[in-house]
Amino acid sequence: MKLKVHMKTATLALATTALAVLASPVLAEIKIGSTLAQTGPASFLGDPEAKTLRMLVDDLNANGGINGEQIKLIMYDDGADPNKARTFATRMVEDDEVVAVIAGSTTGATMAMIPVFEDAGVPFISLAGAAVIIDPVKKWVFKTPHTDTMACGKIYADMNKRGISKVGIISSSGGFGKSMRAQCMGLADASGIEIVADEVYGPKDADMTPQLTKIGNTAGIQAVIDTGFGQSAAIVARNFSQLQIDVPLYESHGVASKSFIDLAGDAANGVRLPASALLVAEILADDDPQKSVVVSYRDAYEAATGEPVSTFGGHAADAFNMMVAAIERAGPTDSAAIRDEIEKTTGFIGTGGEVNMGPNDHLGLDLSAFRMLEIKDGTWSIFE
Amino acid sequence: MSEFLQFLFSGVTVGAVYALVALGFTIIYNASDVVNFAQGEFVMLGGMSTVFLYEAGIPLFPAAVLAIILTSIVGVALNKLAIEPARGASVVSLIIITIGASIFLRGMAQIVFDKQIHRFPAFSGEQPFVVGGATILPQSLWIIFGALAIFGALYFFFTKTLTGKAVLATANNRDAAKLMGINTNFIMTLSFAMSAGIGAIAGVLVTPMTLTSYDVGIALALKGFAAAMLGGMGRPLGALVGGLAIGMIEAMTAGYISSEYKDAATFIVILAVLFIMPNGIFGRSAIDRV
Amino acid sequence: MNSISTKYATLIAMVAVIVIAPMFFPSSFYYRIGALIFINGLAVMGLVVLIGYAGQVSLGHAGFVGIGAYAAALGPIYLGLPPVLGIVLGALISGSLAWLIGRPILRLRGHYLAVATLGVGILIYMVLNNEAQLTGGPDGMPVQAIGLKEFLKSIGYSVKGSVMWYWLAAIVLLVGAVIGLNLHDSPTGRALRSLHDSEIAARTVGIDVARYKLRAFVISAVYASVAGSQLALMNKFISPDVASFLHSVELVTMTVLGGASVIFGALVGATILTALPQVLTMFEDFEHVLLGLIMMLVMIFMRAGLVPSLIKLIRRLTK
Repeated sequence: MKLKVHMKTATLALATTALAVLASPVLAEIKIGSTLAQTGPASFLGDPEAKTLRMLVDDLNANGGINGEQIKLIMYDDGADPNKARTFATRMVEDDEVVAVIAGSTTGATMAMIPVFEDAGVPFISLAGAAVIIDPVKKWVFKTPHTDTMACGKIYADMNKRGISKVGIISSSGGFGKSMRAQCMGLADASGIEIVADEVYGPKDADMTPQLTKIGNTAGIQAVIDTGFGQSAAIVARNFSQLQIDVPLYESHGVASKSFIDLAGDAANGVRLPASALLVAEILADDDPQKSVVVSYRDAYEAATGEPVSTFGGHAADAFNMMVAAIERAGPTDSAAIRDEIEKTTGFIGTGGEVNMGPNDHLGLDLSAFRMLEIKDGTWSIFE
Repeated sequence: MSEFLQFLFSGVTVGAVYALVALGFTIIYNASDVVNFAQGEFVMLGGMSTVFLYEAGIPLFPAAVLAIILTSIVGVALNKLAIEPARGASVVSLIIITIGASIFLRGMAQIVFDKQIHRFPAFSGEQPFVVGGATILPQSLWIIFGALAIFGALYFFFTKTLTGKAVLATANNRDAAKLMGINTNFIMTLSFAMSAGIGAIAGVLVTPMTLTSYDVGIALALKGFAAAMLGGMGRPLGALVGGLAIGMIEAMTAGYISSEYKDAATFIVILAVLFIMPNGIFGRSAIDRV
Repeated sequence: MNSISTKYATLIAMVAVIVIAPMFFPSSFYYRIGALIFINGLAVMGLVVLIGYAGQVSLGHAGFVGIGAYAAALGPIYLGLPPVLGIVLGALISGSLAWLIGRPILRLRGHYLAVATLGVGILIYMVLNNEAQLTGGPDGMPVQAIGLKEFLKSIGYSVKGSVMWYWLAAIVLLVGAVIGLNLHDSPTGRALRSLHDSEIAARTVGIDVARYKLRAFVISAVYASVAGSQLALMNKFISPDVASFLHSVELVTMTVLGGASVIFGALVGATILTALPQVLTMFEDFEHVLLGLIMMLVMIFMRAGLVPSLIKLIRRLTK
């Protein structure tokens, strides 16, 4: 606290001198580090995340930064390779000397970086999916996306409501798909769901009809869950429709982008998925607390990039806004104070839902953050 | 039975995609002994250029033709700027050059185009044909017959035309071919243009089904290379059979054994075949000169 | 320059680089880059034996890196081994596997050998990726520390992990270099180089070509495996990406860029491909374009690789 006051006085003094001498404000920069999968197999996630961070930092700096101090975003591309992510994590801590980090498009990259930030004492908000990142709780590690466990839970709750109990799973062999498959398998018994078919495809495969044929021909099957995202999820939906399998298809929360509907075409109709409010911004009730947040982020992103908004960019936006709020409260230099303030985040309304963190919960979202959507006539509809 | 038919349709469609990529490998290999690891990027360029031209308002067919021509020009440039200056370099050095080219082209694509996933409409609609209880999309037929047509054209070119024979002569012995009055530089340029063009045609045919993005090339090049080697490098028939075989192995393994290890099955078969036939199914045995 | 002096010149140059470089490190991050370079350099030295000495290409060596890495990760959990012995376990498994599959595979030539080794690498990768209950699957798994840092602390030396690994990896690299350089002038090395020039000629003078090729393959697999174990122990985390096809390609690229025929080339090649991406980050979107361009330019203008080409140039200039 004392240090903070000193720092503030110091910056103030510096600022006044600089103003006097140069007649332009030369202020300390707040360094925030980031390494994302801007290229490589997870660029479908990393690209909108990186664009979101750049956009928000530019906006904030144009509007005077945090308490008058500019943000410097230090950004790297790890291509989703955990070893590279680890190296960039070391670089951000040792060389760039960032005060806080928003990074990690994939669970693998995140898990590889955690020891670095835990050792150095730098707060780290991850943008990756799996529950292992925050369960058990690690002192310096937070995350914004809903976990895959929650996605399975939401899907199963919907199935219970509709009397569906015999389910086939088709999953991608990539990290995201494999982790969600494991969670859905683990949760099945407790939710009264029986997994009657279990097939796998590669994330870059061109055709999944053999796997889907087997699942479709499984006796008694009532629904199919696909745990892919991006290109492969669109192909699964297309193959599913080609084979005219007559049960509902549930996709994962990783599909959550308008581009899925464009890519899957007519085959997208009837697909159900758990997703955040971001996708259905325009059909949210006006009194929905998330409405203004998601509409303004969506409009800003689509204006800045010319690309349709996706939940992944939303995760980055939530992480950034929480981080900025924490820095405003904690001051720009003390990593430990920033960490404490992130942990105190409550009632924060983001694109992903209402966040209430605490010492035992470094995610702060519950199942209510998810909405069950169905695609009808080429657009999202709320399916409750 | 309908299940088997469905696996068969999948295997043949995917196999035809691999065969198209493998045919591209074959042509450049024949002319220059170079295995071009940037072959997958030709497929990507064909698909992505068509997408962007089409979205810019050009009708699909002219957009596709334009994309194929553009990709051929990239192929020629690759030959003139990177392969010709390195003539005489060792096999590994040439592999590194083409891998460098593939990283370069992928990097350019992410700047010139974007990192999103794209597609354009199927040529003949999306309504599947139902055959014996199994379904097949019209676009699958386009891919299968496209691969067969290109194979046929190449077969005719290499066996019945003078230029085609000149390509084979250059492949067999560059110096001897030169002495016989063959313009070997022209043959190289022609081969790269043809190979890139065929890659681009593959990209145009498959994009409506498998979608495209700046980085689809890596996986395709890997499978196409494996297919070309399984069939026997340098033989168009080998590329066709190798591609179809890998497609079938994948589909049948996924259907009847384990979808988790379908790619493993492919490579186990390739290893087994090479142990018995070290030059692939249709390959000629290499004769060493001392 | 005869080969005895080449050997000492190489070792002196390497020790000099290793000792002098840290004097210019602005932060301890550079120690991590250094350690990564030495670890990659070790795997590349194995490939120098295989590609440079014996003239055999492999597009699957990351598979052996993966075996070494997961041996260090799984050995302590399932066999109760100390993590350091995981290195030995990995080397044993990699060496035996290379010995088993080497005989049939090394009968293949050129691109057929390339596709066969590629297949082996992919099979190893798939097992590591698919058997999630054992390996943690694509999201990877944590690795036990070797405990050296804690030990040093208990006897009064507090040292950063990256600094410690810089020196550890440097020592292992030097040991690898000594073995590789001695091999060059041993009967095995001479046999390998003669079969590189012409297999038929080597066979005519009575060299058991298959046996020597197999020996080079096993040696290179063990180098790769030890490198993988070190990577896992340093990162305290490992994922199947280390065994991927792209990593195999990266290792071969390092070998050829530095100059496949000389041991010192391994260090140079590893340095370029490990440090260059860190430098290229300043070009942001153009990072990959430039990396591809540099790879092509080096191979076009310095076909034998950087080190041999530079030595040739220096000799020509000093004549």
